[in-house]
Amino acid sequence: MIEEKFDAIVVGAGMGGNAAALTMAERGLKVLQLERGEYSGSKNVQGAILYADMLEKLIPDFREDAPLERHLVEQRFWIMDERSHTGLHYRSDDFNEEKPNRYTIIRAQFDKWFSQKVREAGATVLCETTVTELLQDSHGRVVGVRTDRDGGEIHADVVVLAEGVNGVLGTGAGIRELPKSDKVALAVKEMHFLSRETIDARFNLKGDEGVVIEAVGTISRGMTGMGFIYSNKECISLGIGCLVADFQRTGETPYGLLEGFKRHPSVAPLIEGSEVKEYSAHLIPEGGYKAIPQLCGEGWVVVGDAAQLNNAIHREGSNLAMTSGRIAAEAICLIKSRNDPMTAKNLSLYKKMLNDSFVIKDLKKYKDMPAVLHTHSQNFFLTYPQLFSKAMQDYVRVDGTPKLEKEKLMLNSFIKARSWSGLFSDALRIARAWR
Amino acid sequence: MPSEPSQRVEDKLFYNRYLVDSGRAHIKVRPHTTPSSRLLSMLKACPARCYELNDKGHVEVTVDGCLECGTCRVICEESGDIKWSYPRGGYGVLFKFG
Repeated sequence: MIEEKFDAIVVGAGMGGNAAALTMAERGLKVLQLERGEYSGSKNVQGAILYADMLEKLIPDFREDAPLERHLVEQRFWIMDERSHTGLHYRSDDFNEEKPNRYTIIRAQFDKWFSQKVREAGATVLCETTVTELLQDSHGRVVGVRTDRDGGEIHADVVVLAEGVNGVLGTGAGIRELPKSDKVALAVKEMHFLSRETIDARFNLKGDEGVVIEAVGTISRGMTGMGFIYSNKECISLGIGCLVADFQRTGETPYGLLEGFKRHPSVAPLIEGSEVKEYSAHLIPEGGYKAIPQLCGEGWVVVGDAAQLNNAIHREGSNLAMTSGRIAAEAICLIKSRNDPMTAKNLSLYKKMLNDSFVIKDLKKYKDMPAVLHTHSQNFFLTYPQLFSKAMQDYVRVDGTPKLEKEKLMLNSFIKARSWSGLFSDALRIARAWR
Repeated sequence: MPSEPSQRVEDKLFYNRYLVDSGRAHIKVRPHTTPSSRLLSMLKACPARCYELNDKGHVEVTVDGCLECGTCRVICEESGDIKWSYPRGGYGVLFKFG
């Protein structure tokens, strides 16, 4: 047993854990961070996009030495059918600014850098250590953790659970439920390496400019899902994710979907001739506001993916993790400065502070979206994309059919597929949930 | 060109680095005579194709190529079909990019 007692133990070295450990260490707390990977980042998987604002709040001059890939100047959103895509693209030279807003990153590299900042701030970071359970006293109060190292009991006043989407410790201790299959998505991803010049040319980029493509439609075969293509300096992150419940229901394979996405005529030329260097898989919390578990208790708080803090509509997760980690740490530091104990009542300050932040406000805004999209996946992810693609083709193809007739056929195809009341209720559902 | 996607999973896993903890599988399937529908769904849903049907009709798991995503845990843990934990510290998949 490690005799030393810590002010705080942080379990996990992802965005939430690093933000929490850094914030507490900077404010003089004695922090131990435990990570099961060989180094911080080696178990972490994300697309990945970094949002500068949330990192600036932790490390204002991060641009000086963080391993960033490209700053994003363009967002492409695609609706796909088998052979086409209809795109909504937004590109602006405004994003070529002194302090860009969004970057692509490679998590294993970025997290290693982030972890170095945590160490420099004075935290003890112990890798290759899996936490196996939370230590609780006879009153159920969390007093530390047990690890898989010999005599691995370690005590602390508070444990920050930044253990990721699976949240094994929290479910093991009975402080939250196992993620449900209709509340998490499984995403698979490949890293495709190409020369920098090839990526620049294929995506219309120069310098460190980057582009993001996000795609929905027939690629998810009627399941609630999305494909993504992110440009890094010398590689492309390409992947697709769908609800676990949908995989279970349909018997589709994740790698089958990935291959289908890669073979699509709009995607294949982008990765042609690439060398694949990694294949990864990860779960993404999709339940939104209604899936958020209890955020704190006697001697513990939970942050990031483990708390299901992910905005599926805007595809934001790492910034919610980072912000919740920072806020939890700030709350702990405040309690500590008053010499108060880390009780559930005192730690509820974290919940209060999080409620006042964009994290909970945004999730609350979209609280009904998951239900709409998850229960009508066939319509939103297959039927509409197909109808829409057909309409676009009819619109641009010049074949001598009078335009009025074309429009009539187009409208009829929508009504035939969804009926007037179906179209109306779909629009109403989305509008209501979006509000 | 299009070979069976299932054929390709092994090729995909070949890109990855692993440190296999021999003899200490972090996922265990509960012994059964007939596999449940949940267990059977893992033959398709596991992104690393760790689950396979043996000639006795039992579902088996081989964790060497596991990506530690947790999909099987979400589907099969609550019913007791499997026991799931993370590998020991330092073992398992070692992502270079993540």
